Amino acid sequence: MSEIKEIMFNSDRLATDEYLVNMGPQHPSTHGVLRMLVKLEGEKVLNIQPHIGYIHSGIEKMCEAISYPQIIHLTDRMDYLSAHMNNEAVALCVENALQVEVPERVKYIRTIMDELARLASHQLWWCVMGMDLGALTTFFYGLRDREMILDIFEETCGARLTVNYNLPGGVMFDIHPNFQKRVKDFITYFRKKLPEYDQLLTGNVIFRERTEGIGHLSLADAIAYGVTGPSGRASGFSNDLRKHQPYSAYPLVKFNEILDHRCDTLARYEVRMKEMHESLSIIEQLIDNIPEGDYAVKMKSVIKLPEGEFYQRVETARGEFGVYIVSDGKKNPYRVKFRSPGFSNLFALNNMAKGHKIADLVAIMSTLDLVIPDIDR
Amino acid sequence: MGFNFYDFTALTHNIHVGLVEGFSPFMATTLEWVIVGTAYLLFVALFGLLLVYAERKVCAAFQQRLGPMRVGYWGLLQTIADFIKLLMKELIMPRKADRFLYNLAPFIVIIASFLAIAVIPFAPGLQSLDFDIGLFYLTSVSSVGVIGILLAGWSSNNKYSLIGAMRSGAQILSYELSVSLSLLTMIVFAGSMQFSTIVEGQRDGWYLFTGHIPSLVAFIVFLIAGTAETNRGPFDLAEAESELTAGFHTEYSGIKFAFFFLAEYINLFIISAVAATVFLGGWMPLHFGHLEAFNHAMDVIPPLVWFFLKVFGVIFIIMWFKWTFPRLRVDQILTLEWKYLLPINLINILLMAFIVLTKFHF
Repeated sequence: MSEIKEIMFNSDRLATDEYLVNMGPQHPSTHGVLRMLVKLEGEKVLNIQPHIGYIHSGIEKMCEAISYPQIIHLTDRMDYLSAHMNNEAVALCVENALQVEVPERVKYIRTIMDELARLASHQLWWCVMGMDLGALTTFFYGLRDREMILDIFEETCGARLTVNYNLPGGVMFDIHPNFQKRVKDFITYFRKKLPEYDQLLTGNVIFRERTEGIGHLSLADAIAYGVTGPSGRASGFSNDLRKHQPYSAYPLVKFNEILDHRCDTLARYEVRMKEMHESLSIIEQLIDNIPEGDYAVKMKSVIKLPEGEFYQRVETARGEFGVYIVSDGKKNPYRVKFRSPGFSNLFALNNMAKGHKIADLVAIMSTLDLVIPDIDR
Repeated sequence: MGFNFYDFTALTHNIHVGLVEGFSPFMATTLEWVIVGTAYLLFVALFGLLLVYAERKVCAAFQQRLGPMRVGYWGLLQTIADFIKLLMKELIMPRKADRFLYNLAPFIVIIASFLAIAVIPFAPGLQSLDFDIGLFYLTSVSSVGVIGILLAGWSSNNKYSLIGAMRSGAQILSYELSVSLSLLTMIVFAGSMQFSTIVEGQRDGWYLFTGHIPSLVAFIVFLIAGTAETNRGPFDLAEAESELTAGFHTEYSGIKFAFFFLAEYINLFIISAVAATVFLGGWMPLHFGHLEAFNHAMDVIPPLVWFFLKVFGVIFIIMWFKWTFPRLRVDQILTLEWKYLLPINLINILLMAFIVLTKFHF
């Protein structure tokens, strides 16, 4: 232990008033098996050293032994809340490498599913955010609405969480006949429920006291740490890949990139809340116009990528997710590297939480919206 | 020995007389202690279970769930099953814990709650201690509990427990002031610290209404401070599970944990009972000055029912707080007390004194 102290804290020893606390790997608010070595002085956080690797699953290494369609199935085990976006990243990467043009219908379906997944992810984040701040009721309100999205997924993909819906060249099945109706029902329903979220949490005095001005992450730091997604956008870092590098049907829809320049916990909270409205509007624009056609193009039964390096990034609910494939022309990749948003976001935590209280650390961690398997992959 | 549901004075008096006549004075006193003690123990255990059940149902209602439904009709036996489970659980102690203090702490917490419950008037004649410093006694003994919490946090030899205990200590000591001052405001108004006098004084109208503005302010302050004193949300910093796992009772298991758990609910009851007694007339039915017919109609409902109706009303409000609000941060909780509640209270007490002097009340 003394060795850990030396290495992790760069200081020769702890001062008399300071002490170390292990937050995690079993801790209610780390949402998984993240361990943080926290140096405290009373309630004040002096330093945080995240330790990862407790659920390292070796996905990147496993990818080297399996074929490209199989890789897709592994990616939704990483950030299971953005499963669909992760799948899509690999599918797009393979399609681009082979220069396959997917039908319009596929693009529409993928985009709608992306946004539904983003909504589901943001809903769960909202549940958990409230819970981390001690407002336990939010959990049930969020999950109630998320259930409807999961039901839509289940009907079309057969799975609720790890959907495995994408394939290189398209999607696995056509959308269910009820799909459009249910999605539209959900939009009308959720439009009415979103103000309820605000009433319960956003407008609350205690909530605002707890979040305003807490966990400041400046624009420069956000860029330096590579904090992407809503967390980065709350620091004014314009990084929405749906705008900057549009893929699938995103070039066809009108939506705003939500930016906030307040850089604090409340900003990160509000960016996500506003993104939910944007997602609803994106789905609304697409859902009635899904073109007829095939839901997938016929690919070769054994997909071999040409020799070379391929990179594709997509915007998941947490930020920029990148797939980097090095191929040597065989049916399985030579090397696969994933750029996961959680990993970069996590390491900005020390910068944000230093000097705040323990309770703020929990709130800040919550607005980073960490999914641990996304970090340990 | 007739049983009168409206006034228990005769019943308790008859039991007392019967004991004194039947036994030697020493035996009579001992027996009386045993009877009263058993009655309180039974009440606390059963009421604690009922409150846990109520909390789970109320919480479920707020969260669009049903709550416990499987054990017994509408889950009525759920808390009893939980209690039996807790009784059978292994008692685990951290190896480096301070054995003596670790074992002592739960008892201090629960004894403080038991002492406080003794002065609560349930109905006419149903009160074991009724002396002229009732409210003073109550505020003193209820603050003993914090020693138990501090000991629990310290002796567990766990950093989370220690942080929780220190938070709890700072919080309870601070909010003790507000509780006492808001009660003091009402003492000024009532002119007595004795519970029976306070209840009797509300025969023609509850103090919450007759004392108008200062009473209302004192009531609100008392509810906030009382919630903080019982370590309940949004002031549940001491056991903030998203920050400190379980705070000061992280290392306790089985029946020792149950003691903390039970003490929390007894404290909830005490705070609600005091609020009901001092502000809402205790067991006194709802009376309005001149409406004779209405007053008679209200008298039909037994005092015991009135008392528990009011207590449950206050308990519901406190549960409502817990399941709606996020948790405050430790510095905010102290800011709220020292910068807002305390000055408000001090002004309020002056206002009350002024009102009492000028007889500007109903």
